[in-house]
Amino acid sequence: MWDYSEKVQDHFYNPRNAGAIEGANGTGDVGSLSCGDALRLTLKVDPDSDKILDAGFQTFGCGSAIASSSALTEMIKGMTLDDALTVSNQDIADYLDGLPPEKMHCSVMGREALQAAVANYRGEEWKDDHEEGALVCKCFAIDEVMIEDTVRANNLSTVEEVTNYTKAGGGCSACHEGIEEILTRVLAEQGVAFDPNAKIDMPKATQPKLTNIQRMKRIEELLDEIRPNLQRDKGDVELVEVDGKNIYVNMVGACGGCQMASVTLGGIQQHLAEGLGEFIQVMPSQELARQAGA
Amino acid sequence: MSTGIYLDNNATTMVSPEVVEEMMPFFSEQYGNPSSMHQFGDKVGRALKKARQQVQALLGAEHDSEIIFTSCGTEADSTAILSALKAQPDRKDIITTVVEHPAVLSLCEYLEKEGYTVHYLKVDKKGRLDMQEYIRLLSDKVAIVSVMWANNESGTLFPITEMAELASSAGVMFHTDAVQAVGKLPINLKESAIDMLSLSGHKLHAPKGIGVLYLRRGVRFRPLLRGGHQERGRRAGTENSASIVGLGKACEMALSAMAQEKTTVKALRDRLEHGILSQVSHCFVTGDPGNRLPNTCNIAFEYIEGEAILLLLNKMGIAASSGSACTSGSLEPSHVMRAMDIPYTAAHGSVRFSLSRYNSQADVDKVIEAVPPIIEKLRKLSPYWSGNGPVEDPEKAFAPTYA
Ligand SMILES: Cc1ncc(COP(=O)(O)O)c(C=O)c1O
Repeated sequence: MWDYSEKVQDHFYNPRNAGAIEGANGTGDVGSLSCGDALRLTLKVDPDSDKILDAGFQTFGCGSAIASSSALTEMIKGMTLDDALTVSNQDIADYLDGLPPEKMHCSVMGREALQAAVANYRGEEWKDDHEEGALVCKCFAIDEVMIEDTVRANNLSTVEEVTNYTKAGGGCSACHEGIEEILTRVLAEQGVAFDPNAKIDMPKATQPKLTNIQRMKRIEELLDEIRPNLQRDKGDVELVEVDGKNIYVNMVGACGGCQMASVTLGGIQQHLAEGLGEFIQVMPSQELARQAGA
Repeated sequence: MSTGIYLDNNATTMVSPEVVEEMMPFFSEQYGNPSSMHQFGDKVGRALKKARQQVQALLGAEHDSEIIFTSCGTEADSTAILSALKAQPDRKDIITTVVEHPAVLSLCEYLEKEGYTVHYLKVDKKGRLDMQEYIRLLSDKVAIVSVMWANNESGTLFPITEMAELASSAGVMFHTDAVQAVGKLPINLKESAIDMLSLSGHKLHAPKGIGVLYLRRGVRFRPLLRGGHQERGRRAGTENSASIVGLGKACEMALSAMAQEKTTVKALRDRLEHGILSQVSHCFVTGDPGNRLPNTCNIAFEYIEGEAILLLLNKMGIAASSGSACTSGSLEPSHVMRAMDIPYTAAHGSVRFSLSRYNSQADVDKVIEAVPPIIEKLRKLSPYWSGNGPVEDPEKAFAPTYA
């Protein structure tokens, strides 16, 4: 049995705004039938104020898909379209006091339906760029597609690297066999055999061990080196905290909400790891808050 | 929730009160090790002997030494398949089916990575095998055929005794995962050509964590666990005496209640099925209704999702299970439903009701009453549904992006 919060149960047993609304002027249909979830979101938008006057949902899906749909409609009613578009899937999950990791994709679906409905209202075409795979790491809710893409993009070859880039496998470690299988498959495409004993060749720290202050300065220097790249994309990065091998950063501007944030973090991590000559893990600063709250 | 209505007996069963009573002394005064020479061990040793004979009787096995106690059904399945491979190193092929329980399927997928060749027999829309395909695959390259007797999801039965004969005449070892069949169907192993059979206690009112591998006398065998001489060296590890005693009692009770399965239990199942089908539109029985376990009824409700149905049933105290993706946390609906080519819009809405002799007609009548409003409530939320029926041409009217 899933560990559903009271809020999820409430929105499932007593869904708000169920059904298609009369006189809707924006409709978004998203979902994946093979994974058993599909959602139609209908919006009634006031053309003068751009405000969402009413929202309704129809969902083919499990308890949390229905609850996420219901929550989404409650959250966006009364918002302007631009404000509604800033609602993230994490916001939907938070509104429901959390979802089990296997069920996070239900909240992703809600957000996508919203984007699709707004695009439909504005007469734009909406294209889904989000692909989803089977869940591999249950601790951090990382799926197969995410791991495969990260392995390909960064030429990873060990489980440790996968953990450093995606967090997958960094918790209970039960999924390490699954990660090895993904590595075996992706490496085989490139004609390379997966070697479970491979060590990541990190440039050896030839210089004497840095003091904490020196290390912090070095991290700032390394971040400065890549800043121009980020600024070109209208984004930036701030160093928030250094705690041993965990380095927390704040992605600002365009990088903050962008789809590529995790890939960007991966790139920053690689740059810092190489520059420092040691294993480090770069994480978004929200992670700090979450750990403090946990 | 002990006052609820339990229709999930293919997942696990209530331990019979008589079974609990038989087990109790083995948690307290009867703590001896059955291998010991003294009176403490001797009493437990005798109790195990009796249990072995009770299992033997239910299976119709020729010798009680053909019964090997294991820790669960999964262990019995693994032991059987791995033993056949180790005992016949020249044979690298396995024949099984696409609808096996993960206890067999995951092992086979793993063995493929280790270099073995696995032939997965396909099923048709009713979950039936193609015997011609099977006969063509039997050869002296095959180390073992492992085919389940009854499917845990649909209840569909495979022609195991015939398949075992065919394997035997081709000189191939035959194993059946009979975890769902034992206790529900009469079995007579001594008159069959079955070499190995797995069963699991918790599916027949014994506790969880106890199973049996039946191993026909003379069949070549390699143990999974080596160590002490327990189970004649075929399964080392000090016996789980309380559970073995409980399983023995449960087998004795199952044997004497066998007639009830195809009369009382079947009648309840049919009443339930008819009651639901006559009230709810757009649903159908999956599998092979004319050839299935007497206790199982699997109904696919179109245009809605199984987990949502289960949650609403649960709220009314009714326990069942579903083949939807969401109940398992995977992205695909049950491999059994997919193998039968049930469309996604129905596979996700499949619900399994599995009964036992402990269910009553009152239970069934309450479920018949509860189901229609639940289905109606969820269909009202479904984008594929409008008013009293599916929207016209549902797959086109609602075709979400990336479906
Ligand atoms: C057909 C089948 N095989 C094997 C098993 C596994 O049995 P156990 O849970 O005792 O390992 C089950 C039950 O879960 C089953 O239904």
